[in-house]
Amino acid sequence: MDISQVLFYALSAMALGSAIMVVISRNPVHSVLWLIITFFAISGHYILLNAQFLGIVNLIVYAGAIMVLFLFVIMLMNLNAETEPQKNKWLKLAGVVAGGCLLLVLVAALKQAEVKGKVAMLGTGDIGLIKNLGHALFTDYVVPFELSSILFLSAMVGAVVIGKK
Amino acid sequence: MHSALLAIDLFFVIEKLVLIVAIVSISLVIAMYETYAERKVAAFIQDRRGPNRAGPFGLLQPLADGVKLFMKEEIIPNTSNRFLFILGPCLAMLAAMMTSAVVPWGGTIDFFGRQVNLQIADINIGILYVFGVVSMGVYGIMIGGWASNNKFSLMAALRGASQVISYELPMGLSLIALLMLTGSLKMSEIVAQQIDGWYNVLYQPLGFFIFLVCAFAECNRTPFDLPEAENELNFGYHQEYSSMKLGFYLFAEYINMFISSVIMATLFFGGYDIPFVNDASLSGLGNWLALLQGLSLIIKVCIFIFVFMWVRWTIPRFRYDQLMNLGWKTLIPLALVNMVVTAAIVLLKSNGWKF
Repeated sequence: MDISQVLFYALSAMALGSAIMVVISRNPVHSVLWLIITFFAISGHYILLNAQFLGIVNLIVYAGAIMVLFLFVIMLMNLNAETEPQKNKWLKLAGVVAGGCLLLVLVAALKQAEVKGKVAMLGTGDIGLIKNLGHALFTDYVVPFELSSILFLSAMVGAVVIGKK
Repeated sequence: MHSALLAIDLFFVIEKLVLIVAIVSISLVIAMYETYAERKVAAFIQDRRGPNRAGPFGLLQPLADGVKLFMKEEIIPNTSNRFLFILGPCLAMLAAMMTSAVVPWGGTIDFFGRQVNLQIADINIGILYVFGVVSMGVYGIMIGGWASNNKFSLMAALRGASQVISYELPMGLSLIALLMLTGSLKMSEIVAQQIDGWYNVLYQPLGFFIFLVCAFAECNRTPFDLPEAENELNFGYHQEYSSMKLGFYLFAEYINMFISSVIMATLFFGGYDIPFVNDASLSGLGNWLALLQGLSLIIKVCIFIFVFMWVRWTIPRFRYDQLMNLGWKTLIPLALVNMVVTAAIVLLKSNGWKF
């Protein structure tokens, strides 16, 4: 077992553990903070895969910006355990059924995806380095790249329009 | 397993540990004397004497302040969220200290035949790393403000966070123009290019100006110190804090100021390059050259820190809507124009000035 393997297992344990804590912690602010730790662990995985750009952008965009907005909303809503309304019994039942259906679908889908013998390349391959990534995005994938930027632009315009109302 | 685990280059680890300890202690000492310098500059501008009782010229004043902060009673409000209340200042301090990892502090030192690079991590996404850490800095303010369970603190935390997020955008846009010129995100590479050629500020004066304004806002310094506007919010997001936890928040601000000065000096003013001197001709000095270079970086940084203080004691605080208008309606369009013009020139240049 070399260092990258040790790191891989540590990061995986961290990601899974904090993801579970997101779901089970009572305080929504704690959930958000656990989710941030999850993002850190996932960024660590990206760096192990030599995708440094993806790793750091994951931190800047998700942990740095989107989670701050989540925190904004949750802090302003002031969700305390006492004031939180009790969930409807039927809602809980529906949740259990929906979760079970999702589990079935996942089992059916994952049964096909055999990953034996396919090992992720740790620390090799340089497509994740920023120079190669930029080159690939602006030559081979330039049309999807531009299309997605238009999508973002339209989302921004939409947000401004809604905000003006 | 054990043999593989021990295959770590032990000297590498020791070298980096020594570097980290050295850089962290330098940042802390500089931040300490920034508090002294701030009061002296304020006194100078307001025609007073400033601290002059503790030690010669009041030079021991920061130590006295530190002792005072440590001696104060530690208060944790009953209704606060205890864990997050303590986590807040820790995060603020951590995020402030982490940025210095990618800054090149000087050339290489020859240490008993081992070439030691005066940079903790020379990663090829250096600037993005800085941005990542800066965006983490918001959490210290937000968590501290929320955990205090105080309306003023919460309001101040929200203000601070929205201010930092808003000003990250023009900061990033102004840097994109710079990166088009350098073609690299590596800090050491950017400095090396400036040592050979002109400083980046000559190519990107507008970009530098936007970056400077955004750095003021990111550090929550006057004229952008809305999160701690005393007349509106009592004391801002650290109102409930006392003792060294308050000290950490205040200290983190000074470290942030130091680090952002370092980043500005590195990106726009040639980093550790000694101005008006060809560094390569001094290579006979050996290790002293690296120290001289480090010294020249520190001098540049001190000039920037002075500018920070000068602005603080000259310009009054903005109103909140003025702050947001400046960020979104002035700086972002300016940065976009700067970016487009730079891109056009870079493209023209690479085409040999033909349309």
